Parts: sequence; structure tokens; C-alpha cells
Amino acid sequence: MQPIHLAWVDYAILLSYTGFVIGIGFALRRYMKTSADFFLSGHSIPAWVTGLAFMAANLGALELVGMSASGAKYGIATAHFYWVGAIPAMVFLAVFMMPFYYGSKARSVPEYLKLRFDERVRCLNSLTFAVMTVFASGISMNALAKLLAHLLPWKLDAGLFGMRFGSYDAYLLICSFVVLLYVLKGGLTSAIYTEVLQFFMIVLGFSPVVFLGLKDMGGWDVIKGKLVAVAAHPAALSLNDKTFQPDAWTSAWKPVLAGPASNPMGVDVFAIVFGLGFVLSFGYWCTNFLVVQRAMAAKDMTAARRTPLIAAIPKMVFPVLVILPGIIAIALASTPNKGYRLPPVAIKSGAWAPALADIQAARPADAEAVFAAVSKDIGLKLDKVKITALIAEDSGKGMTDVQIKDRLQDAVAENDYDSIILSLVKRYCPSGLLGLALTALLASFMSGMAGNVTAFNTVWTYDLYQAYLAPNKSDQHYFRMGQSITVVGILLSIFCAYFARHYSNAMDVVQLVFGFVNAPLFATFLLGMFWARTTGTGAFLGLLGGTLTSGVFHALTIASGNAPGIKGGYLTVAQTFPSEMAQNFWLASFAFTACFLLTLGISLATKRTKTDEELKGLVYSMTPRLADHDQPFFLRPAVLGCILLAGCVILNIIFW
Amino acid sequence: MGLDIRWPIGIMFSLVGLLLVVFGAATSSDSAMYNNTSLGMNINLIWGAVLLVFGAAMLLGAIFGRKKPPSA
Repeated sequence: MQPIHLAWVDYAILLSYTGFVIGIGFALRRYMKTSADFFLSGHSIPAWVTGLAFMAANLGALELVGMSASGAKYGIATAHFYWVGAIPAMVFLAVFMMPFYYGSKARSVPEYLKLRFDERVRCLNSLTFAVMTVFASGISMNALAKLLAHLLPWKLDAGLFGMRFGSYDAYLLICSFVVLLYVLKGGLTSAIYTEVLQFFMIVLGFSPVVFLGLKDMGGWDVIKGKLVAVAAHPAALSLNDKTFQPDAWTSAWKPVLAGPASNPMGVDVFAIVFGLGFVLSFGYWCTNFLVVQRAMAAKDMTAARRTPLIAAIPKMVFPVLVILPGIIAIALASTPNKGYRLPPVAIKSGAWAPALADIQAARPADAEAVFAAVSKDIGLKLDKVKITALIAEDSGKGMTDVQIKDRLQDAVAENDYDSIILSLVKRYCPSGLLGLALTALLASFMSGMAGNVTAFNTVWTYDLYQAYLAPNKSDQHYFRMGQSITVVGILLSIFCAYFARHYSNAMDVVQLVFGFVNAPLFATFLLGMFWARTTGTGAFLGLLGGTLTSGVFHALTIASGNAPGIKGGYLTVAQTFPSEMAQNFWLASFAFTACFLLTLGISLATKRTKTDEELKGLVYSMTPRLADHDQPFFLRPAVLGCILLAGCVILNIIFW
Repeated sequence: MGLDIRWPIGIMFSLVGLLLVVFGAATSSDSAMYNNTSLGMNINLIWGAVLLVFGAAMLLGAIFGRKKPPSA
């Protein structure tokens, strides 16, 4: 990835955004008087603001980067994450679950678990959640600092306390400091406001890129035509070794219905509908405090229930902004005269020297052997034709190191999917628009950190500190604790960013373990909210059992093409899935089912500890129905939810 | 919360829109830059105008949507 040239206008846009988010923090400072103001925004935010923040909290840059990557790898079927996954889950949260979260007066999701079950469940949930948020914000900041160090022209390398201090470190600290400043001043409200700002930045920063991409290709129908050719021979773009039916990239359901071998995702209908649609999406959107906290900040019950519904409206059309760029990229790459290729995986800096030496020593006659040697040096799949041509040219007229390096990088036949979005930004954005798009990326990375830190400080203060370490202190005490823990949270995130940078393998393990914990969680909520008989012991042991099931499942299965180890199958390989995605979806399905059955069985075998009276407001059957009659018919949550679901069905049919 | 979020959104996007329009107008003769990237369109001028309109709409919303004093 080459550094890009930024003009004064680009810097001006970057700086004005940064100035505004800090300004928002300071403007909000005078409203921060109690811990409830700081952690819960004093329950005073209108629904459209919490709704957009609800959506934006999840729309980190990782989502933007990851979804365009999946768009290229899997095509339209990536939209299942939205039209099967997110929207139904958001509707369910609004219609059925929000009344309990908001109505129970719980200040966090773990606190709801305490009210509904007991301290054990709360402790388990709040501990895993707190650690997870810190890691998530570290990952986000690591990606941001890497990106800035790559793109911006200033290079820094100074000695500081005996350590090297480079551009990466500088950007990491500067961005963390900005986030710290505004979260410290404005608490959750700051985070929510900047999330809304970031939402508009992303929409307004990336729609011109998508528009230019569509116009460049000549419209959606042309793109579809290109994708048919890609499906027949995806190896030409190093996308996949297999061949697929013509609509593999352009239809959402037909390739999935035809079985795992017929779609590049390698999944079947059950994995999509149950694993992704039900277990994973409902688990994320309905139980993750990071997003639920936004709805809890709403000013009243009506606003809280409308929050996920309002979020669902932009969410429904967001594939245009986040998935379509990946699809445009493969269409461009398959059109030779556009002069675009999918960004190749960057060659590691240590691999250059041996590869250069091999090329320079080579004669055209040993092309075969040299190709094998260079492939080994670089450790990536290479294009044989390009390497052979390079050898011939170099031994013919002699090339400079820089020229050879460029050609070697170009010969890499593995795609760096995560760079696709940036490669399109570079292709289509002149100075000016470039600044806007980069600022949108920066904004979403920073708000990813802010969102996680605000969720972290709330759970820490209310569910760990107040619950176990220092109960019965004054509100001001907890307010000050919240501010101090924000500083700690940022420091921990910085630490995690370095951890992610240096031990990416260890990071994979960390994320894997969180996957294990999260997969069964929705079963606990589902039973807890809708079945009064569920007991604390049942929920606690069920959750542990579900997590254990994920671990065991992972130890016994693997995705084809992976070696047993961190990717699974380290005990023995009992089942091989066509893709990692299929493995994930099935893992979630098993963990959910195990947690569900265990909780059910153990609850029946143990005695209830909470009376009907205590469960009022916490369990569906014990809570009086909310009367929506005072709201206009079309604004009632159930009606809005039905409209949204109908919209989803229509989209699924259009892209069937 | 006391601060209407439409103010910062409105002011920021008006400012960024203005920056883009000015930059777009100043570079309107630089056809090489626009041919290399945005398919020959002066996208800065066009998109800057869009952002200005969006920012202004937010500001109008903030001005006319100011909370009336509680009636009861």
C-alpha cells in the first residue's frame, strides 16, 4: 500500500472533524452532574439519535472493511448478515425484549441478569463483557494506527526511554487521547453524539465512492454480467479454486439452496437461517450491552422501543454502502481495460532480501526451480506466468531492486480483501473527497473505541465495582469512579492494541474464546425472559455448558483447507466443514441448543428462587402488556416491526 | 441532554461542504486530477453542494425544532 498524497483541504476536513468531536465533549461537560448523566445520558435522548447511534455503534470501520471484503469473496449472499440476521433481531429486541430491559430499570444488561437470575450470572456476563470490550477497542485502535502510519506522509522514529517511538505509536496515542478527552467530558452522551456524527460521515463520505464505482462500471446490470463470468472461473481473480453456478455472486438464496458446494460461502440453508439468522444475530443485537446501552439511554419507553426500529431502516439499505463496494471491486478487476486489480497481500518486509537474491541470480532456463524457491521465500501463492516473465526480463536487461519489488508484489496471487475499500477510495477520490472518505474511516475507528469504552466503564462501575468492591457509596463517588475508569479503559485499550499488533495469533485465540462465550448467550435470555420457571442455577450452568459445548465443538471440527490447531480440530477431526463460516454458524447452533436444553433441564430440577412478584417486569408472562393505544397506529412498535420485516422479505425476493 | 445534536452536525457539514465547494471551484480547471479519479466530474463541487444542503437542513431543524417551554 503506497502512502497517498493529501492536499490542504484533506487535512482541513480531518482536523475539523477532530475539533468537532472534542468540542461536543466540552459542550456536554456542564450537563454531566450525576453518575446517571455520565453512564446513561440521564435517560434524555430522543429516539432518532439513539436509533442512529444504535446502528453506528456496530458500524465500526471493521464492519465497513469486513463487509466489503465479504462482498468480494461471497457476493450478494453477504447481505444475509443484514436481511436474515440483523433486521429480524432488531425487530425482536424492540417489540419483545426492550420492555424488560427498559422497564426493569436495570442500568446494564448484566444488571438485568442479576435482577432476573442471581449474582453468578451477572458476574459471569459482566466479566466476559468487560474484557471483550477492551479487546475490541484495542483491535479497532490497532487497525486505525496502522492505517494512518501507512497513509500519512510523516515518518517518525525517535528514541524514548530506551524504546523506539514510531509513527504507529504517535497515531495510536493521539487518537486515543482524542477519544479519552471527549468520553471523559461527555460520557455516554459524547459517545452517542459522535456515533451519530460518524454515521453521517460514513454515509456522506462513502456514497460518492459507490456512485462513481457504479457509474464507472456502467450500472448494476453490467456488473451482474461480469459476475456471471467471475463465477465460472473465480480462480482468475484468485477468489476461489472452484467453479460455481452463474448466479453464485448475484443471488442471495439460489446458490445457498443448492447446497454448500454451490456457493462461495460454503454454507447450507440451515446454517444461514438458524446459525446466522437466529443464534448469532439475535445473540449479538439483543444481548450485547454495547448496542443495547444506546436504547437504554432513550428518554422514555416509547423512545427506547423505537430505537432499534429506527436503526433498522438505514441498516436495511446499508448493504449498498458496505457490500456493494466489494462487488464493484471484483467486477472492475474482471474488466481488463479498467486497469484495476484486487489489492494483493503485502509481502512481509523480511522476505524481500532472499526473494530479490533468488530473482537476480536466476536464468530463464531454471524458471521452474526459481519460481518454487521464490514462492518459499515469500510464503504466499504467486502467479507463475508473471514470475517467469520477470526472470526473463531481469536476466535480459537487468532491473533495479525497486522495479523487481514492484513486479514481485504484483505477482502475489492472494488477495488482501480488507484493503479493497481503501483501494476504491484511492481510485475514485480526488483531493477533497479523499479527505472526507478518510475522515469517515477515522471517525468510525474512533467511535468504535468510544463505544466500547463507555460500555466498559458502565459495566465496571455498576456491575463490578458497585456490586462487589464498594457498595453503598455516594452517587458522586461512582461518578468519579466512572471518570477514572475511563482513563484506565483507554490505557487498557492501548495495551490491547499493542498486543494485537505483536501477537496476532494470540488475538485470534482471544476472539475465538469470546465467540465461545457469546454463542449460547441468547438461549439464556430467551428462556429467562419468556419462561418464569427458569432458575438462576439453570441459567448459570446452562451458560457454562453452552460455552463448553462451543469449545468442544471447535476442538472436534475444522474447515476444509485449514490445518488442525487454532482453526479447530486440535483434539481430533470428527467433521470437516466446507468453510470457516459454515463451521462458525454450526458451532453457534450447537452451543445455543446445548445451553437451551441444559438451562431447561436444570431449571426443572432445581427450585425457583424468585417469586412471581419479584419477576414482575422481568418476565413476559408476569408483566402487564404495554398499551400502545395512545400512539398512532403506524408508529406502534409491532406495526413498525411488521413493516420492516415485510421490507426484508421483499429485498430477499428481489435478490433471490 | 441539553445540547441539540443538530447544531454540531449542521455546523460541521456546512463547514466541510463549504471547504469542498471552495476547493472544487479552485481546482475546476485541473481536469487531469478529475479525469484520473472521479471520471471527469468535479465531484468536489457537486458533493460539497450536497453537504452544504444537508448541513443547512440540519441547522434549520435545530432552529425551528427548539424546545418550547414546558406548557404545563
